[in-house]
Parts: sequence; structure tokens; C-alpha cells
Amino acid sequence: MPGRGRPSRVEPVIEVNELTKRYGGKTAVDRLSFTVRPGRVTGFLGPNGSGKSTTLRMVLGLDAPTSGTATVGGVPFRAHRRGLHHAGALLDAGHVHGGRTARAHLSALARGNGIGARRVTEVLEEVGLADAARRRVGGFSLGMRQRLGIATALLGDPPVLIFDEPVNGMDPEGVLWVRRLFRRLAAEGRTVFLSSHLMSEMEQTADDLVVIGQGRLITAESVRDFAARGTRLSVTVATPRPAELTAVLTAAGASVEGEGEGGREGAAGAGKLVVTGLPADRIAALAFENGVLLHELTTRAATLEEAFMALTADSVEYLAGGTR
Amino acid sequence: MTPMTPKTPMAVPVGRPAVTPPPVRFADLVAAEWIKIRSLRSTSWTLALVTLVVIGAAVAAAMADYNNFPGYSPETQREHPFSLHDAFPAAGYMSLMLAAGCVGAVTATGEYGSGLIRTTTVAVPARGAVVAAKAVVTAALWTVVGLSVAACSFAVSQTILSGRDAGITLGHPGAVRALVASALLAPVCALLGLGLGFLIRHSATAMVTTTFTLLMLPMFFSTEKRWSAEVRNMMVDSAWQRLTMDWVPSQADSLIPLHTATLTQSWVAYALWPTAAVALALVLVRRRDV
Repeated sequence: MPGRGRPSRVEPVIEVNELTKRYGGKTAVDRLSFTVRPGRVTGFLGPNGSGKSTTLRMVLGLDAPTSGTATVGGVPFRAHRRGLHHAGALLDAGHVHGGRTARAHLSALARGNGIGARRVTEVLEEVGLADAARRRVGGFSLGMRQRLGIATALLGDPPVLIFDEPVNGMDPEGVLWVRRLFRRLAAEGRTVFLSSHLMSEMEQTADDLVVIGQGRLITAESVRDFAARGTRLSVTVATPRPAELTAVLTAAGASVEGEGEGGREGAAGAGKLVVTGLPADRIAALAFENGVLLHELTTRAATLEEAFMALTADSVEYLAGGTR
Repeated sequence: MTPMTPKTPMAVPVGRPAVTPPPVRFADLVAAEWIKIRSLRSTSWTLALVTLVVIGAAVAAAMADYNNFPGYSPETQREHPFSLHDAFPAAGYMSLMLAAGCVGAVTATGEYGSGLIRTTTVAVPARGAVVAAKAVVTAALWTVVGLSVAACSFAVSQTILSGRDAGITLGHPGAVRALVASALLAPVCALLGLGLGFLIRHSATAMVTTTFTLLMLPMFFSTEKRWSAEVRNMMVDSAWQRLTMDWVPSQADSLIPLHTATLTQSWVAYALWPTAAVALALVLVRRRDV
């Protein structure tokens, strides 16, 4: 029986298969399948409202899927009688009672799982809350609550760790600490699954990515592969004769946009152009052949953030200004 | 889209040495829930306050009869039929019902208001066990509170009345039953509140519902019509009143028909409400999303 005495020999893999959650007529998660493996940090990315938190709740057995399955270490998480030794989670830093001290909060959770007081002290020290242990959580900053949530996740020394937006509200020192912590947990052979709506965060921390939009899987691959898709180079060109250069470059097969507001390429003064589809040396050669003076020629690679934006552009749930 | 497969061989060791989890014990959950209750400052304040209110009500009731005693008829002075009633005055024990019911409700809803229930459920996926552990702690805590309050209000009121030679001891017919019923009133109401708290999950709504069920609902049923009286007799408040009576009004004394509950009926009412509420909570927490 799961949760009973015997250690699990199964790899601590998170396996999501055709997972679907509908609320009334709205589909929050739509036939989602992916696998999260041990020994790596896996980022779970998607715009706000894309179904990340709903998915994590189903993985942890809090919400029942409408259809499909989610297992942790081969078992639906709800099958465990006690959870902290199987997976630790920080779903929301606010999931605490403000009237209790950090130590009391952790002690209650620890005790229910048969974990001793020494471990509570250990995790408080680990997350840097030892000095605040006797303070009531209601007075904690968001960053401190995030640390308390991470302490909660670590209590049972679990093989699987799940964090939903863990760096929100953390100061730069906290962000660095948390990145190092995630790397270390993965290096210890644990499965670390980390959600964020910020690609830049993942760039620093994750090995693998699961990207979703509107509840559907967009891609699941390594960060390296994901980044490779994003390396569509663009070249910024400054010239006093933008109209002429645009004509030349377009004729050569590039696509050219005016940089900045309103596109000043038609104006008399110097204009900046953003050119895609031609490398910088070809642009320079074409400009030279046509006698167009260049003031600036800069190549830049698209960031992961841009790759992410491009991928999820079609599935953004809430757009400012309602321009969908 | 296929599940992700890492393109590079993993350089890190996979599968850490398995740690044997400690044995699963329900007693640990009870201890955990006790830590939760104990660690809230509001708990001790509420308990202290309600204890003072109930004992204060008994003191006030006994003082009133003490002061009015010289004006009572010789028969009343000899029989002093008010003695037991003064130990367990309605004002005090209705306050106890209110406090126990509401604190019981908040014991459950306090987890939902902040989302703490999700943290709790990840730690203990066996949701029913959490409800059961909370019920055990609630029952135990309020039984202790109820017993001390009932014992104190009995002792204090009878000490005051003994100044008029009108005090009774636990040897008085029905005194032990009244004391036990008054003591158990607290856990009965607290468990009803706890069950409703789990069902409703919202503090204010749960407290209003609990209060309504305990204190207002009985008033919707009269004692005159038989069916209505039968319903009323199954209310916690009516059961407590019946169990703390040391005399039973007979049909002959009254112009209107009376349908007084039997003692058994009253004990059943005591058992029924908390059991039903907690049982319903056990079923629903398993079915609903957290």
C-alpha cells in the first residue's frame, strides 16, 4: 500500500496523461500530456490563466481531473495517506494561517507526517527563517512567506518538489538563493517542477520546459532546444537613406521594419531599420553595392523570452485592452 | 506532442537512496490538529471568555434566588425547586452553545479562508483522516471545557444557595444527568459547527448557519402540535433543556397539550446532530476539489 513503511523504488517521475479539467463549459486544462523527470529542473511555463495551477493541483490530488490521469512516482498522489515524504509543494505563499508562527505552522504539518521537531528547525535554517520562527506569519512579507512555503515543501525530504511561481515577491538575493536551491535539489536526483509565467526566470534555472497555453501543451523539450528555435537573428541598421535601403533589402528577400514608433523610414532624417532574413554581412555588402551609407549595423539574437512570447501569442488568455 | 525526452544523457544520479517514511499513525494527525488549535491566540481567549460568561450567568441566577428567597412561599423555600436550574441557566448555556458552535465552525473554515487546506491536503492526502482528527481534537477540547464549566457553575451556584440552606448536591435526583448534559452540550455544538464548517467552507456563513441551527431553528416549532413538538424535541437546545430538568410537567398541570421529550429521545438528539454533520463532512471532503 502506498504511504506505508516501504520506500518507493519507482522513479520519482511526474506523469501527466491526457489530463483534462472542465469547469462548467470552460476547459481549463485540455488533454495535457507530459513527463517530468528526476535529476533535472523542469520549468512549467504559460501565460496567466493558461492552466498551470490547475494542472499542479490535479498532480497533487487536490482537484479531480474531468478525465485523464496524473501520477507522481507511478501513483495518483491522492492514494498516499501522508504526502510530505512523497512530494513537497509550494502552491501559493498565502496558503498559511496568519495567526500562527512559522514554527507552529511547520510543526503541525511535520507532526501529522510523523516528522520530528529537529527537521522543522533544519528547514527553517535552510530557508533563512530561523530568526523569524517565533513570529506570526501574518506579519511576514511575501518573500518570507515564499521561504516558509519552500520550507514546507522540504519538510519531508521528498523526491519530488513542485513550486508554483516561487520567486514572486522575492528580493534579488532571494531569487539567487532559490535558483541555487533548485539546482542543488535537482543535482541530488530529485524531480523539481517549477511554474512561472516569466521565461527569463526559467532561462536561469531550468533544464527542461513544459510550455502550455489555454490548457493545451505547446511544447515539451529541453531549454537548449527551445532556445534554438528562438535564434532567429535580426539586424538593426541605421542609415540616412532608409527608404532606399528598404527597397534594396526587400528585393534581396529580407523583411524590413522601421524601428520605433510610427516608422520613420520615409522621413528625411536618419532612420533605424530592423531587418530579418539576411545576415549582417550581406546587408553591409548590399548597402555598399548600392552606395547607401550605414551608421550602425547590429546583430542581435532573439531571447528565450521572445521565443516564448511568439509561441504563446495565440493562446494568451487575457490581453490588455481587450484587443483579441 | 510526445512526452519530453532529454536529448543529453543525464549526468546526475537519479533516484536518491530511498528514505523509509515513518509509520502512518492517526494519533500523529490528532497531535497535529492539537498544535494548530493551541497555536492560535484566539483559542485561549475565547475559551477563557466563554468560561467566565457561563459561570457568571450561574452566579447571577443563584444570587437572584438568594436575594429573593425571603419573599418566597414557605413551600418554595422548603422545596427550593430552582436550585438545579440556577446551576445551569439558559442565558449562560446558550452563550456556550454559541461559542462552541462558532469556534467549531472556524476550526474548519480557518483552513479554507487562507487556502491552508491545500497545504494541509498535500501533507495529508487522506482528507477524511484530517476531518476525523479535527473532530477528535474538537470533541476532546470542548468536553474538557464543558466539564469544567458545568462543574464550576454547579459548585458556585450551590455554594451561594447553601447560604439559604437551598443548595443541592450531586446526590439530588437528576443532578448528575444535568451536569453531564450541560458538559456535553459544548462538544455537541462544537462538532455540529465543525461539520457545518467543512460543508460551507466560509467562516461567516458557517457561523451564521451554526447559530441559526442551534438557537433559532427550535423556535420555529411549537410544543403544542404533536408533529411540531416531535421535531422540536430533536433539537439540541430542547434536548439540553429536557436533560437538565429535575421535574416533568404533567398533562394534568396544564391547559394545553404537552409533548415532552423522553430522556432517551434527548440523548439521541445529542448524538444525532454532531454525528450527521461530521459524517456529511467526511463524505463531501472526499468528493469535492480542495
